[in-house]
Amino acid sequence: MTVTENPTTNDDGADRPLASQLHLLPRRNSVLRMSEVRAAELADGDPIEGEGDQTMLVNMGPSHPSTHGVLRLMLEMDGETVRRSKPVIGYLHTGMEKTGENLTYLQGPTNVTRMDYAAPFFNELAFSLAVEELLQVEIPERATWIRMLMSELNRISSHLLFMATNGMDLGAVSMMIYGWREREQVLRFFEMVTGLRMNHNYIRPGGVAADLPDGWRDEVLALMDMLPPRLEEYDTLMTGQPIWRDRLQGVGTLTPEEAIALSATGPILRSTGVTWDLRRDMPYLAYDQVDFDVVVGSYGDCFDRYAIRLNEIRESIRIVRQIVEKMPKGDYRVQDTKVTPPPRARIDESMEALIHHFKIFTEGFKVPEGEAYVAVESPRGELGCYLVSDGSSKPYRMHFRGPSFVNLQSMSHMMADSLLADCVATISSVDPILGEVDR
Amino acid sequence: MADDSGSEPGEEVATPRQPEAEMAYGCLVSYSRRQKVIHPTRDRWLRTASDLLEDGWNMCVDVTSVDFLSYEGRRQVPADVATERFEVVASFVSYEKRERIRARVQVPADDATLDSLYSIYPGTDVLEREVYDLMGIEFVGHPDLSRILMPEHWEGHPLRKDFDTGAIPVQFKGSPASR
Repeated sequence: MTVTENPTTNDDGADRPLASQLHLLPRRNSVLRMSEVRAAELADGDPIEGEGDQTMLVNMGPSHPSTHGVLRLMLEMDGETVRRSKPVIGYLHTGMEKTGENLTYLQGPTNVTRMDYAAPFFNELAFSLAVEELLQVEIPERATWIRMLMSELNRISSHLLFMATNGMDLGAVSMMIYGWREREQVLRFFEMVTGLRMNHNYIRPGGVAADLPDGWRDEVLALMDMLPPRLEEYDTLMTGQPIWRDRLQGVGTLTPEEAIALSATGPILRSTGVTWDLRRDMPYLAYDQVDFDVVVGSYGDCFDRYAIRLNEIRESIRIVRQIVEKMPKGDYRVQDTKVTPPPRARIDESMEALIHHFKIFTEGFKVPEGEAYVAVESPRGELGCYLVSDGSSKPYRMHFRGPSFVNLQSMSHMMADSLLADCVATISSVDPILGEVDR
Repeated sequence: MADDSGSEPGEEVATPRQPEAEMAYGCLVSYSRRQKVIHPTRDRWLRTASDLLEDGWNMCVDVTSVDFLSYEGRRQVPADVATERFEVVASFVSYEKRERIRARVQVPADDATLDSLYSIYPGTDVLEREVYDLMGIEFVGHPDLSRILMPEHWEGHPLRKDFDTGAIPVQFKGSPASR
């Protein structure tokens, strides 16, 4: 198939040319359009036909330490320089969207939480908000604030993981230890609240699974006191280091126009200077009631993406402190017996409660017909959930717009005509979570 | 910039459920809960997307699809939209308006093709590949319409409702169990 760069249609009688963002992508030829079969036919080191004998194809991954799991890159190399590249994905594809069609709305979060496994709360949140949009239920204030608390802590833990892997990819191996160490502290709090370190199934349609345990306030505040000095240490270790800066500055640059045309979101978009954060621009939960800054970069390079994530941790700490202060009292889930299972104690004494419990856990609750798209700002960008309901107790169609999946296509543009060694920095700064890419 | 010069003839003679069908970008408009949805026809898909871009909807954030083969509920579309088996759903965002809009295009089963948005919103590249891979809708004009999540030699499109979820022999290249 050929690309028509400036197509015109006159089906509505108008001959004016179609608007296009394609001209915003001057490096669009850097995307390697080659099938895996064709690539496999080329023996190692064979020159690519039709390109002279200048270039050859090199596979990086799928099991390469810096590819964050199972990302494979097909790189067309000209000596040490990358000309074109293609991310090959799908190694972790387990058909979670299809699986979701066979699970009830109550079972749904168990499935979706495994998509972006570094930020599981956001998957649950997007799914729950979409279900609630279809149900048209108002969730209690406390549930909203608990969700916000967990999301922001999850953003911190996810960005700490990025700090660790980014450091490791670029040779600051001690950073890996520090990043994991701090992340573990946050996960310990998650374990205290949800019982699990990851894949919590905590945020559910109608609220959250359980109220915050006693002593959560002290735990959170201890975390928030522990983190800022550690972030200062990161600054000493990395931000100000000439080697670190040389390795990242000016590497993997993207212009704001390119980022928008490539549908990039999250820190990648913000690194180019576009101030777009769903928490501020399309507030969900109660983000309009907390005070925080949207961190943006100016060069769109790997260093900006690193610095944005580091400072987003600081902003999240600010938000968490406000949440701790403002946490309202009340229910942690809606008291609608058709949606929420009754408390365990009620089952022993009430026939009604027993019936509701049985109905909810066998059949599930029914969701009215309709469709909804809900998006939240995950640590990686816009995480969207599109649900279609046919009135039964299972989603008719569940689609997740994974930010990593879409962000990955900007990688070829960032890498064009850069050195192979810089590829690692670029992959790392995109921060893809392959569980979410492949779903 | 509601384009009212669209070619929808005989609107008034249709069911008078709504006194005046709301139009935007030459398409019928409906509301799903609080969200605005437009229903472009398949022929006008590129023109609609181009109008959206010109009107400041600067990012196409999502392209997905639904197979309504076994749908038992009531389809939530305006009365004048002829429903088909497939639907391609695209979400757009405007930074200036700070709003979302969603477009739902009906795609018939016997001709599951749709113009690719690549030339207008290049960010739809991988999203359209995903729809092609999992739902089998062909995007005309896409630069590289190939499978993205499933293996290249896979047969069938898993998200279609007639794709069996039962015991399927796993297809691997060179494995004796594959067909």
